[in-house]
Amino acid sequence: MSRPTLFALQVLVAVVCIVLWQVLSTVPVFGKILLPPFFFSNPFDVFSQIVKWFSSGVIWKHLGITLAESILAFVIGSLGGVLVGFWFARQPIVAAVFDPYVKMVNALPRVVLAPIFALWLGLGIWSKVALGVTLVFFIVFFNVYQGVKEVSRTVLDNGRMLGMSERQLMRHVYWPSALSWMFSSLHTSVGFAVVGAVVGEYLGSAAGLGYLIQQAEGVFDVAGVFAGMFVLSAFVILIDYGVTLVERRLLVWRPTASDGRG
Amino acid sequence: MSTPTAVALEDAKVAFRLGDGRVYTAVEKAHLTVAQGEFVAIVGPTGCGKSTLLNVAAGLLKPAAGSVRIFDRPLAGLNRDAGYLFQADALFPWKTALDNVAIGLEIKGTPRAEALPRARKWLTSVGLGAFAGRYPHMLSGGQRKRVALAQVLIRDPKILLMDEPFGPLDAQTRQVMGNLLLDLWNADRKAVLFVTHDLEEAIALADRVVIMSAGPSSRIIGDWQVSLPRPRDIFEVRLDKEFHALHREIWSVLKDEVMKGYAQSTQAAEAV
Repeated sequence: MSRPTLFALQVLVAVVCIVLWQVLSTVPVFGKILLPPFFFSNPFDVFSQIVKWFSSGVIWKHLGITLAESILAFVIGSLGGVLVGFWFARQPIVAAVFDPYVKMVNALPRVVLAPIFALWLGLGIWSKVALGVTLVFFIVFFNVYQGVKEVSRTVLDNGRMLGMSERQLMRHVYWPSALSWMFSSLHTSVGFAVVGAVVGEYLGSAAGLGYLIQQAEGVFDVAGVFAGMFVLSAFVILIDYGVTLVERRLLVWRPTASDGRG
Repeated sequence: MSTPTAVALEDAKVAFRLGDGRVYTAVEKAHLTVAQGEFVAIVGPTGCGKSTLLNVAAGLLKPAAGSVRIFDRPLAGLNRDAGYLFQADALFPWKTALDNVAIGLEIKGTPRAEALPRARKWLTSVGLGAFAGRYPHMLSGGQRKRVALAQVLIRDPKILLMDEPFGPLDAQTRQVMGNLLLDLWNADRKAVLFVTHDLEEAIALADRVVIMSAGPSSRIIGDWQVSLPRPRDIFEVRLDKEFHALHREIWSVLKDEVMKGYAQSTQAAEAV
């Protein structure tokens, strides 16, 4: 299928959905409106709500906050994950001792931590960052741990025979291998950073996209909820696109970028 | 003996402790020397421990008994005089061909600005001048072997250890690589210990062919001088009468071991 055809079909899906939504929520079928506006709003209202947000400029503040939280959660979570992953992989005893606890914390649904973070860190951005960090950390940690442990035996021996010291092995073998594993999970970890931020905002905050959706829901403003969801999706798609660009740049040495996605 | 000995394995025994506590003896009392400038090939059936022996010479494995001497000094730790060409892909996948070759120098502290032109020169001499910017996955198996060869040779090791380096390649590429290896080796005649299961390859390349018995507890059971004139061409040398005579002679010994090795490996498979 050619690219323009594919694109046209993709647009067609959206158009059909929106038209169906608009028609079913405004035109009665057999004397009954199938999508009552109170529960489903309609595309026109949702769209005008989005336009209002952007034209008045209120949305930028919320987007900015959510973006900042996501970035902080991603950076801190990744750094922690890389450091601990490396440490555990190089120190099997430490890894063995902590293993049950790591599994325990990872098994915990992270949402239940949100109230505690709100208590500890207040309603500002840091409680959301903390929630995002707990999500991102484990993804990166497991990947780096795996990456360091599964360095090819032959490549390692080759490094040794070429005369690499432990430090050089770290830099030329373990580190790139771990990073490649981390980058292969980039889409997932960035996605979870956003999830952490938005869920945190939803559960208690004064700004951000999650806050916007929660506020609209609080006054039964269904158009606002849908508008918030659409802005959020567009936001995530944009970030994901950015990640794809970074990935293409950094993983040129990989056979194909799509192979390595974790 | 006027030429110094590069590698000397003296009654080296290699044993592994298996998971269930039993001890598996891979190689029993191997006695093997490689003189400076000598090209020695080790041939043996699958699973006879010839790669194990090579790893002992490299210092990657410690012998359970006996000793390893490199240029008349006992080997402690890794063999720093040796370059090792692996059977499996050993290039760093995240480095370009050029960087993979240059790393051999950079490790020794050579500045990058100096290492790169030399790496480029080596890539050219293995016939890959135009592929400097490629990553390993963009190269064919034969090209990767060429890069690996350049990576090892750029460090100018006194000893070359090669573990079935051309094993994974197709027959024609193997011969081309064999000729390339001989050309490069002719330039400065390092001591080479070359492990292969291919007797023809061994005779065509080496000055001496050493035969190992089937494992476990395999031993060295034969040692033949190959006096074919050098420089050799691998394609030509196979047509030589002396080549055929030698091949027949060595094969008569090797054949039994290959059969034994094959029988053992099938029995082991049935026992599992």
